[in-house]
Amino acid sequence: MAIRVVHYINQFFAGIGGEEQAHIGPELREGFVGPGMALNAQFNGEAEVVATVICGDSYFGENMETASKEVLEMISSQNPDVVICGPAFNAGRYGTASGAVAAAVNKELGIPSVTAMYEENPGVDMYVKETYILPTANSAAGMRKIVKPLAAFALKLAKGEEILSPEEDGYFPQGARINYFTEKQGGERAVDMLVKKLKDEEFETEYPMPVFDKVDPSLAVKDLSKAKIAIVTSGGIVPTGNPDKIESSSASKYGQYKLDDAGETAHGGYDPTYANANPDRVLPVDVLKEAVAEGKVGSLHEYYYSTTGNGTAVKSSKAYAAEIAKTLIADGVEAVILTST
Amino acid sequence: MKLEIGNIIINDIQFAEVSEISNGVLRVNDSEIKELILKDECFKDVTVEIARPGESVRITPVKDVIEPRVKVEGNGGIFPGVLSKVDQVGSGRTHVLKGAAVVTAGQIVGFQEGIIDMCGVGAEYTPFSKLNNLVVVLEPVDGLTPYEYEEACRMAGLKVAEHLGKLAIDVQPDEVETYETKNFAEQSAEYPELPKVGYVYMLQTQGLLHDTYVYGVDAKQIIPTILYPTEIMDAAIISGNCVSACDKNTTYHHQNNPIIKNLYAQHGKEINFVGVIITNENVYLADKERSSNMTAKLAAFLGLDGAVISQEGFGNPDTDLIMNCKKIEAEGIKTVIVTDEYAGQDGTSQSLADADVAANAVVTGGNANMTVVLPPMDRVIGTLDFADKIAGAWAGSLKEDGSIEAEIQVITGATNELGFNKMSAKTY
Repeated sequence: MAIRVVHYINQFFAGIGGEEQAHIGPELREGFVGPGMALNAQFNGEAEVVATVICGDSYFGENMETASKEVLEMISSQNPDVVICGPAFNAGRYGTASGAVAAAVNKELGIPSVTAMYEENPGVDMYVKETYILPTANSAAGMRKIVKPLAAFALKLAKGEEILSPEEDGYFPQGARINYFTEKQGGERAVDMLVKKLKDEEFETEYPMPVFDKVDPSLAVKDLSKAKIAIVTSGGIVPTGNPDKIESSSASKYGQYKLDDAGETAHGGYDPTYANANPDRVLPVDVLKEAVAEGKVGSLHEYYYSTTGNGTAVKSSKAYAAEIAKTLIADGVEAVILTST
Repeated sequence: MKLEIGNIIINDIQFAEVSEISNGVLRVNDSEIKELILKDECFKDVTVEIARPGESVRITPVKDVIEPRVKVEGNGGIFPGVLSKVDQVGSGRTHVLKGAAVVTAGQIVGFQEGIIDMCGVGAEYTPFSKLNNLVVVLEPVDGLTPYEYEEACRMAGLKVAEHLGKLAIDVQPDEVETYETKNFAEQSAEYPELPKVGYVYMLQTQGLLHDTYVYGVDAKQIIPTILYPTEIMDAAIISGNCVSACDKNTTYHHQNNPIIKNLYAQHGKEINFVGVIITNENVYLADKERSSNMTAKLAAFLGLDGAVISQEGFGNPDTDLIMNCKKIEAEGIKTVIVTDEYAGQDGTSQSLADADVAANAVVTGGNANMTVVLPPMDRVIGTLDFADKIAGAWAGSLKEDGSIEAEIQVITGATNELGFNKMSAKTY
């Protein structure tokens, strides 16, 4: 039996009309429509576009939640093995809709999906981590060129074949750093790269520099003597015995503990001797209690939050911080002292 | 300075009555080794074991790996300023037991030691699975502080390596490699048409068991200075470091620094390799500023056109790496940096703790957070007591059948930042 493909396109590529028809709601048609014909031809009988879901770009953009639900129901009713969205080229709303549908198909239906669009289409940035996006030209003039790789990629997905690197399989990188074994030792690669750089020849860095979030400091606390202060640390201070088994590196969790329960460190990136002997060195409870007694600080939040910063992914830290911040705000904490190691 | 490295290829290691090297076999009298180690009253006991490539053996917790070497001609001895007198090393001839190593194991910090598997998937990540290892598991007397224990382990490993190295004094090497770097004026004049290249060698010196020694000096006390590359081959730099296993530079890595090896390989062809600038990775900002100022100044002072900069460790030292890169590039000197990554188990987080546009040429040893399942081994040298706690493991990493699911961070040398391995990472 041929592989079942469902194709998602907008009103324009379905031949319904341009901007004046962009308001139309989702519609399911049997077989291929518009560019689906060329895709279907590429499958050479191995797969078949069994249905096409059409939706107006404005409709999708203005009713994303409901539109996405309607579209997904239509797609799911056809039991596809793979879903192709677009190609959207440089059409922003179409790119966004294609990305959103492809991502939802992956996430909610557990069916592989692929879309294609121009690199500057906002849909790339929005959905590149959630589906495969193949690069296209910036206008529909590039249709002929994209049909073949798009069909081939969809077949690969439907057959469950291994997707190789972005360069090898021709999709936009999704941002995951994955190891691979190389021909040459790192030392040799470094010297080769330097020789090229010295000759002003082209070289390819193995890791393009990341862009960091810049966090603006919040305004100063107006009156510390009335403020409730909390302590949050990435120094791994936990109650004795590390009851939550927070990892010594690459922490998968954080803990909430009473200030008086601080007992030792779980952190594997520094010599624990001095922190174990006196956890106040990392979690300065003693000094803060004095400050409260002296009236310099209003009060201390009775709990502290702790994880190990050692080798812990920024993505994990962000997620912990979001949860911790929510709890702290709910508990009326006005300022936080963050300690690291 | 000219150094001949005479490699004596070791294909096997065996216990025997008499310690000797013949026909590529290293024979070791284990009671001799025990006696040597137990002279140090820090140790209650020591176990001496052999681990060969391909054997179903897991060694953990691993502290250091050392290659046995001996000076047969020229000034000084191996491990100058530590075991040998502080003579100037780096010239003459040094014999190497190529294919053999001494591995020290013991629970110093527990989560800052590593794992070496001699076969299976874990073996692919560590270069030490390819060596004939003499493993000494060092048990401290009661009440020893971690600092005393670390020092005792460090010295024990060096002594055993020195002891084995001496067996090679009169052995004919299987191959001889020659490395030469002339004094700066002569070296500059030798290849005037080639770009002058240096190597900026960052040493882990965060302190409190994160230390490296140069001619016996704790490197956090140094101001960056210049070495001939051959001095490092004579073990002028040794590791005293307890930190995540995957990217700590063991003494073996220092002795066999692949950046130095590959810079020499292009010396006189594409580049003129003029020398090594060593620097440290201290924790105070003032130290970081001072040291990076000095490395940039020395690189400019030498009139370098290019430099390779290598790192040890991660997180805090990322700042030293980027400061060095930025300041050296600002002198108009082209750089390549060698690092590794902590991008999370799914690989989607930023890999480094610091970054700069100047760092546009990066070689990576891979993403240390990626996970692996190490199959059970027939024999464990050391103990699995820390398998759930080692940096890169979690509660439940050690399974009932003896397999370990953990990040490759736990494997000694897995993401080495001297570019020792044939591994990298790319963006998927």
